[in-house]
Amino acid sequence: MSVQAEGLTFAPGMPRAGILRTVRSWPLGLRLGIVVVATVAAAGLFAPLLTPYDPIAQDYRSTLLPPSAEHLLGTDNLGRDLFARVLYGARIDLQIGLIATYVPLIYGLALGAIAGYVGGWFDTVLMRLVDVAIAFPFLVLIIVILAILGPGIQNMYIAVFAVAWTMYARLARADMLVVREQEYILAARALGYGPLRIIFRHALPNLLAPSLVFSMSDIVLNILLASSLSFLGMGVQPPAPEWGAIVADGRDFLLQAWWITTLPGIAIVITGLGFSLIGDGLSRLLGQRYIQIV
Amino acid sequence: MIEEAFTDGGINANRYPPTLLSKLKFFPYPTYEEKAVHLLGYIVRRLLQMIPVLIGITLLAFLFVKLLPGDPIMILTGGKASPETVAALHAKFGLDKPLHVQYLLFLSNAVRGDLGTSILQRDPVTDIVVERIGPSAFLLAYGTLIAIVLTLPLAIISTMRADQPVDHAIRTGGMVTFAMPSFWLGLLLMLLFGLKLKWFPISGWGEGFFGHLKYLFMPALVIGVYLAPMLIQSLRASLLEIMQAEYIEVARAKGLSPLRVMLKHVLRNALIPTVTILAVNIGWLIGGSVIIEAVFSIPGLGLLLVRSVNYRDYPTIQGLTLVFGVLVMMVNLLADLSYAVIDPRVVYE
Repeated sequence: MSVQAEGLTFAPGMPRAGILRTVRSWPLGLRLGIVVVATVAAAGLFAPLLTPYDPIAQDYRSTLLPPSAEHLLGTDNLGRDLFARVLYGARIDLQIGLIATYVPLIYGLALGAIAGYVGGWFDTVLMRLVDVAIAFPFLVLIIVILAILGPGIQNMYIAVFAVAWTMYARLARADMLVVREQEYILAARALGYGPLRIIFRHALPNLLAPSLVFSMSDIVLNILLASSLSFLGMGVQPPAPEWGAIVADGRDFLLQAWWITTLPGIAIVITGLGFSLIGDGLSRLLGQRYIQIV
Repeated sequence: MIEEAFTDGGINANRYPPTLLSKLKFFPYPTYEEKAVHLLGYIVRRLLQMIPVLIGITLLAFLFVKLLPGDPIMILTGGKASPETVAALHAKFGLDKPLHVQYLLFLSNAVRGDLGTSILQRDPVTDIVVERIGPSAFLLAYGTLIAIVLTLPLAIISTMRADQPVDHAIRTGGMVTFAMPSFWLGLLLMLLFGLKLKWFPISGWGEGFFGHLKYLFMPALVIGVYLAPMLIQSLRASLLEIMQAEYIEVARAKGLSPLRVMLKHVLRNALIPTVTILAVNIGWLIGGSVIIEAVFSIPGLGLLLVRSVNYRDYPTIQGLTLVFGVLVMMVNLLADLSYAVIDPRVVYE
């Protein structure tokens, strides 16, 4: 038996705790969230094994069928099996959630860290850019960019990449202003390390936690954004089974076929809840405040 | 020294966001004249700080149309006009001048309230925007009100029962509503209360104040349910922090009931961070209302934006970009100023 400080599962010089014990020490919400997200990912990955139906093929003999043993979530106005569409939709929505979050996170963090460390004109210019981006409602800015570029998933990525980094840049810069005054940075400077090495090797690892926690709710926001844009007809184009697009498909059949709109929306809620639980758990684990919106 | 004593005496500076801290300083109750002078100086400085952002916003709105593929006059005329007419129109709108002159022209027109003419409606964009601000503002205010009504009791309950099942339930409930697509929740409400039970109308914004209240209830509820979790989270955090203060212990020692301590002594001191959250998220909230307006066909700015994008009405999109940017900036300024009203100790330096 080794003596272990609470929360220090990987302290150097101590016998490494088993991975299972580490996982068991995590907050319940975190573990639950990981299970939920893993289940959704598996559902998307193994969709062909889970349903015999094609998510896109239309079948005019079975339109607007209510949920039954044959069609678990019913069918839509084009006779497509909604269960199959929701399963395949997990691929699209998870992909959007992850790419739209982590690509801007990478260069947003880097830019924010550099701005916070070097200051000067670079900092001023970058922060004015951030101010302008923040002055606009995020969704409005994305819609306006899509108005120039035209609808579609590719252009949606471009629009998000152009705007979303600002949040991470702000987070990283704010923390960098604190970190750069720390003694270990002074020590690194005294050793003659260059600014790039100090920023990326010494400071950046200490700036990650807030962004990592925020990235979880950012994934939720991005999935909501993608589904909102598809709902407005500006995002993922038909017949791709994006969840928001499926909900939109049912809009004209609310009374006739309530299942088209209601049931696929639950997939979005479950996925979002999974990521929120991870974010909340991570914030406890890392001793951070849980931020939902920046 | 006085300040130090004051900070020790229970007013914890940490609860203010760091960006705000630099602007605030604590004094024991300055006179109103002093406050007014400080406030005026602060407003002037804030307005000056807004200039670079304002330039950025106008530049973005201006470049937006410049970045469009194709000639704006060709788009405007649908490509049917003769070359002479096109050239004349180019000269009329100043499109033959260099880019920076065009930008200054755009600026001077915008300042005078001229945002161009809508392609779709053939009316001045300014008129259309002004006409549609009402429904949007009403919806946002209504939604925020519902959010506050939901937040206050729930935040107080989860503070007084911190880390107990009720608290966890409220937090998890917040995560669920956070993950709900607003259009989905809107459609669910529409289906249940609009189409099945027929309690509320499902589109438009009604006539007169009470008509608005009735028509906009479901959309505002969606906004409220969406906003409330964040406010609850923030208010709970600051309530818990203030509960630790010594003056709260004094209040308890006086024999006041927990609820009275909470309402009279803790709540007011916890409001500033929540107002900050509200203001910082106004942009996000406006974004959400765009979708809600589209779902419930509310004739506001959001629906106008969606329709303009669908019909490629570029002058309107440009005008809306400008209006949204300026609106968000104004709300943030107002929020900063409101701290002094909430907390008499706040002095703008």
